[in-house]
Amino acid sequence: MDYFMLFVSAIFINNIVLVQYLGTCPFMGTSKSTDVAIGMGAAVIFVMLMATAFTWPLQHYVLTPYGIGYLQTIVFILVIASLVQFVELFLKKVIPPLHASLGLFLPLITTNCAVMGVAIMVQRSNYSFVKAMAFSLASGIGFLIALVIISSIRERLDVSPVPTVFRGIPVALITAGVMSLVFLAFQGMAA
Amino acid sequence: MVTSSILVLFLLGLTAASVLAVAARILHVKEDPRVVSVEACLPGANCGGCGYPGCSAAATAVVNGDAPPELCVAANMETATRIAAIMGSEVQFKEPKVATNICSGGSRANLLFDYKGVEDCRAEALLYGGEKSCGIGCIGLGTCVKVCGFNAIRLSDAGLPVVDWNACRSCGKCAEACPTGAIRISSVASVLLHLNQTDDCLAPCMQKCPAQINVRRYIQQLKQGDMRGAMLTIKEHNPLPLAVGRVCPAPCENICRRKIVDEGVAIHTLHRYVADWEMQSGTRVNLHCNPPSGHKVAIIGGGPAGLSCAYFLRRVGHEPVIFEKREHIGGMMRGIIPEYRLPAKVVDWEVQTILNLGVETRTGVAFGRDVTLADLEKEGFEAVFIATGAWKVPPLGIDNDDAEGVLDSISFLHGVGHVYTDLRGKTVAVVGGSNTAMDVVRSAARLGAEVVALVPCIQRKMSANKEEILRAVEIGGDLRYMTAPLAIEVENGAVSGVTYCDLAYDNPEKPVGEPKPVSGTKAFVRADMVIAATDRLVDDGPLCDAEGKPMFKKDKKTGGITANPTTLQTDIPNVFVGGEVHTGRSILIQAVADGRRAARAIHFHVTEGAVPEPDNQQVQVIPESILKDMRVNYSIPRVQEPLISMDERRHTFKEEVAGSIAYEKARKEASRCLRCGLTCYDADAGAEYTLDEDVTVINAPGGE
Repeated sequence: MDYFMLFVSAIFINNIVLVQYLGTCPFMGTSKSTDVAIGMGAAVIFVMLMATAFTWPLQHYVLTPYGIGYLQTIVFILVIASLVQFVELFLKKVIPPLHASLGLFLPLITTNCAVMGVAIMVQRSNYSFVKAMAFSLASGIGFLIALVIISSIRERLDVSPVPTVFRGIPVALITAGVMSLVFLAFQGMAA
Repeated sequence: MVTSSILVLFLLGLTAASVLAVAARILHVKEDPRVVSVEACLPGANCGGCGYPGCSAAATAVVNGDAPPELCVAANMETATRIAAIMGSEVQFKEPKVATNICSGGSRANLLFDYKGVEDCRAEALLYGGEKSCGIGCIGLGTCVKVCGFNAIRLSDAGLPVVDWNACRSCGKCAEACPTGAIRISSVASVLLHLNQTDDCLAPCMQKCPAQINVRRYIQQLKQGDMRGAMLTIKEHNPLPLAVGRVCPAPCENICRRKIVDEGVAIHTLHRYVADWEMQSGTRVNLHCNPPSGHKVAIIGGGPAGLSCAYFLRRVGHEPVIFEKREHIGGMMRGIIPEYRLPAKVVDWEVQTILNLGVETRTGVAFGRDVTLADLEKEGFEAVFIATGAWKVPPLGIDNDDAEGVLDSISFLHGVGHVYTDLRGKTVAVVGGSNTAMDVVRSAARLGAEVVALVPCIQRKMSANKEEILRAVEIGGDLRYMTAPLAIEVENGAVSGVTYCDLAYDNPEKPVGEPKPVSGTKAFVRADMVIAATDRLVDDGPLCDAEGKPMFKKDKKTGGITANPTTLQTDIPNVFVGGEVHTGRSILIQAVADGRRAARAIHFHVTEGAVPEPDNQQVQVIPESILKDMRVNYSIPRVQEPLISMDERRHTFKEEVAGSIAYEKARKEASRCLRCGLTCYDADAGAEYTLDEDVTVINAPGGE
């Protein structure tokens, strides 16, 4: 039940993009088409899991025991940045089409505050390693869902009579705002 | 604290750097510098027109050898040459392609939906299946305009997309975005090789024409004064517009939608007007021909089918050679169809236009006698098109049908003017009801003879054109319908007359089937000459092998060589057949259509090895196009062709009976065209002539 609630909470109630307002940059940048959105979502899930897998032991076995917890932010940035670089190298070699379609957005994950946010939230909540991994997976799924929803809407918006000045990012931001309001309705369903 | 912080971060950074360094070594992807160079040559439009997701992918494909240097649709030859230089290869010829809109319906098709919220064709089609009852017509919301990255499309006042052919890069975005297929990407070759399909927006006239000429388009071009455009439109499907414009019975006019409310459009007259415009201008409209492909094709017979096949083959890039038995190219058009219907100088001009494209001819070479299939194969011809026509007139099959004075129609027509120069005081009996029979009647009457024609059916059932029958009667031909010859009477070894009887259908109310002789109706008509013009058959003498066995199967009904109806391919895979040698006696436009069909098949045969059957091929009139009711707002009387006087007809063979009309008249007639699609038509056609005296307003425009 714990894990179920953890998933529901991370995906819907505390959705990383629409409720926590983290990772808005790729949320806007890669949500023009559903195909790219799914690729980006999958990449973020992967990086989030990797980041948690690396930062959790670092926090518990290095930063906390040696009393250098104050270095958390800078250490996490360093680790996540390295990880993303690694993922980019990996994708370029092993899955070139995905690498080509993600293009510019993959390096963006380096400075993606959603990934950073999840890594820090995991530590603040004092989750066990397994729970931490489950939380980051659920947060990633939440990110993917939000991205897929907005990309589907934006595909429709492309063929709808939107006033010229609002076309593109402006109407996408308005849509994101409305989506946030919708997700806020999940508040209170659980802790 | 500071020291430990620095140490920790240094160690962490060092570790990360080491891991990445090792990973970079292991996961290293070697980039071909040529990809970068090729990509730099490309314009970076990322339009996807080449079929690759972007310029980077396209550059990789070129370097990998998966795509040629000229793959970029947005770039010019210079770019292709630069890429070829990088790759160390040569630029191949790339046929230019452009987007074209096949719909002329606009908002005139019946509206099924009126949904105000959607302003995009794709969305409308997605949500409601399109705005129109016609699934092919343009919805008119301009999605194609929005997606065009080259500003090559705009919407006209009528809400139809207009493509700027100079700006179009044929990237295919518009065709991809169009949910109804009203916009297509095509090249000259693909237009020439396209056969009508049920998912084309076809006006009834275009469906009925054997050659599938885009009638409504050339009529509109004529109306707008774009005569060159009209000529090119006709020549997409018909290389013999002068001949067709003179002798075609115009099946298109019989199905013209305008006939529902008044008289059909004089399509045939307008066709001739456009053709005459080119000849009278003295210069030939330039036709695009692809560079020689190196594929040689032999064409047996220089008649309309052979000429048509040669023309289309040459235009798509092949090298046809016509082998003709006679000294002149042109088949029956030259020397058999009388001068007053189709002058030899007109045929010569027309033939020359085709030969100028680079078609080689070898006259005086008879198939079977001077050249055989084996010889042609030895000479490197990859395909053979047989179009030897139907020149044999069957004997009448009655007593004395070989007596002196009994002739066949072909020999007689061939001899008119030099062998037969004066028939004054003589009586000529003609047997048959075909166009050839009517030509014989008219020619004999012009030579001064009294002519009696024994026609074995009622007028409506005659195979001759209505006009031809009328002209034959006008000049004094005595057409005796429902009669059949019984015997030819002979006096002193020469013909003296014909005995004949009346015929009757089993049910006179419903004249179907063959009429039968009526007993006791024997009659006699005096005649100095009897000319058989009942039919024309294929002469199968040359179509036999060295041992005298027939090389091809024959159709029992038509007497022609059997072949696949779409590809015209015979049992011998590289031999194609068309024209009257395939269909039996037929009309000129059918031969032209066969030539085109065969050229399409030969093109695929020599380039790809197999001939694809087009999907959804239109073989009969599409039911949607036969509207029972319709309303038009303006009625304009149909134009009449000028005719020379009866006196002139009797004294000259050189003057054409029917003349060409003036531009103003042609334009007014063109404005009667309703620009039909499958279900749509322009009810306001002719509105610009409202003030003319002879124009009647039938319905107030916009009223119910």
